[in-house]
Amino acid sequence: MFKKIMASTALLALVATPVFADKLDDIAERGKMVVGVKADYAPWGMRDSDGNLIGMEHDMMDDFVARVSKEVGKPIELEKVVVVASNRMQFLEQGKVDMFIATMSNKADRREVVGIVQPDYYSSGVAVLAHKDSGIDGWESISGKKICGIQGAWYNKDHGLKNGAEVVAFKGVSEVEKALLDGRCVGWIYDDSAFIPRKVNEPEKWADYNIATPTVGDAPWGAAVSLEEVDGRLAKLLSAAIIDWHTSGTLVELEAKWGIPPTAWLANMKEACIAGEKICNDAYDDE
Amino acid sequence: MDAVWDWFLWLHQEHGIKLTIFYDEWDRGRFVKGIWTTIKLSFVCIVFSVVIGIAGAWLQMSPYKWVRRFVQAYIQFFRNTPPLIQLYFFYFAVDSVVSSLLGIRGGALDSFGWAVVSLSFFAGAFNVEIFRAGVEAVSKSTSEAAEALGFNRAQVYAYVTLPLAFRVCLPSLNNNLINLLKTTTVAYAIAAPETLYVANQIWSDEYNVPEMMNVVWFVYIVLVGILVWFMQRWERSIKVPGYGQ
Repeated sequence: MFKKIMASTALLALVATPVFADKLDDIAERGKMVVGVKADYAPWGMRDSDGNLIGMEHDMMDDFVARVSKEVGKPIELEKVVVVASNRMQFLEQGKVDMFIATMSNKADRREVVGIVQPDYYSSGVAVLAHKDSGIDGWESISGKKICGIQGAWYNKDHGLKNGAEVVAFKGVSEVEKALLDGRCVGWIYDDSAFIPRKVNEPEKWADYNIATPTVGDAPWGAAVSLEEVDGRLAKLLSAAIIDWHTSGTLVELEAKWGIPPTAWLANMKEACIAGEKICNDAYDDE
Repeated sequence: MDAVWDWFLWLHQEHGIKLTIFYDEWDRGRFVKGIWTTIKLSFVCIVFSVVIGIAGAWLQMSPYKWVRRFVQAYIQFFRNTPPLIQLYFFYFAVDSVVSSLLGIRGGALDSFGWAVVSLSFFAGAFNVEIFRAGVEAVSKSTSEAAEALGFNRAQVYAYVTLPLAFRVCLPSLNNNLINLLKTTTVAYAIAAPETLYVANQIWSDEYNVPEMMNVVWFVYIVLVGILVWFMQRWERSIKVPGYGQ
């Protein structure tokens, strides 16, 4: 008789437990948070000489896991899973990671696959990497000069040709690098976040070249949770963390710490977040 | 002229056929430059490759073994490798060596220059064989008769053999020169601003690939048509009545 009562009580307790447990509860139960991170994009995500994962995004995740621990009331361990551009969204969809922060541009078609939270935490755009003797300083100064580019890039006309430069465009990045180093052109118009890994990883090769124009054509980056979680507690916590990082100037400091030339976008976001503007809240503008 | 450009703007707005090379002055300017570069490149390459063909056919008849072997090696090298690979080889590899030997920066030749070098050698290799076919078609008795009259080897070639050989091989030569004109499109890989390169840039900016593809196709039909017309007129005008029939 006693056994029957115990058994039915246990069954009742099981049924009474809420079926819906969100991601934050899962993380609390596991005691660890699995995050997708980059290891191939210095200095946002890379490996040091001992093989440890370091970088600006890694610092952000260390801070975030502390916030998660505080929220759930117990220490949470950070488990990193290395992702690349071709599998970061798929890992999140399959549940291999709880979220990712992986140098991903926030685009509308990607928002249909993963839940990219707002606000965006960084932005890359178009700039010119120029030889130090080229006399290039700012977009007007590229007029009349030979600038290498990638064939088919949308900015070759808008920012290259229309500023008077002679754009010498090749099919692939390797050809452009060779042409630039051979001196066939004095600059390279490309995604500015691709220049930084080159300067960090191959400093002797790129010693004579620096980013010589301000960044234009910003395409902001976003961190993502899974699509089902985009209105859940984890997403809200992540948004609050990003807003706080902007407001407190943490992101600007991290940018400087990792040797990234300061971007106007990040400085503007800090001002916007301090002022509490709409761009710095956790909803998209069209919501 | 503005009326013409406006008509193309209307065509885009009413029917969705986007031909910015007519109504956008940036695209118009660079497309015209692209066509002009193709014409210049083709003309220079045709001239050089014919000169190489004539010289090569002459050297192939040389009594010296090593001269003949050199010409054979040249033909094998340039006939057996694809023109795009030859172009990359010259522009990146050969240029690096030449630049470091001469101690210069910025390339020994620009992309147009290397395109001329590479394509002239490429077409020249085929032309040598074409001219050889023409030279062998001239009967030996004709050249022996010229020798008997006191011409030396070079004079026989210049005054007797070559003029006759030329008339025989003109159809093949015509074929090869047309191929050369079309092959100039590979120069887009080394950023020579010819028609295909410029069209590629334009359709990437304006997202009008089908329209630009049709325009490029049409441009080449017209250019080749002009070349063919010219060659046929020439063929008719230098024809030797009764020869070869």
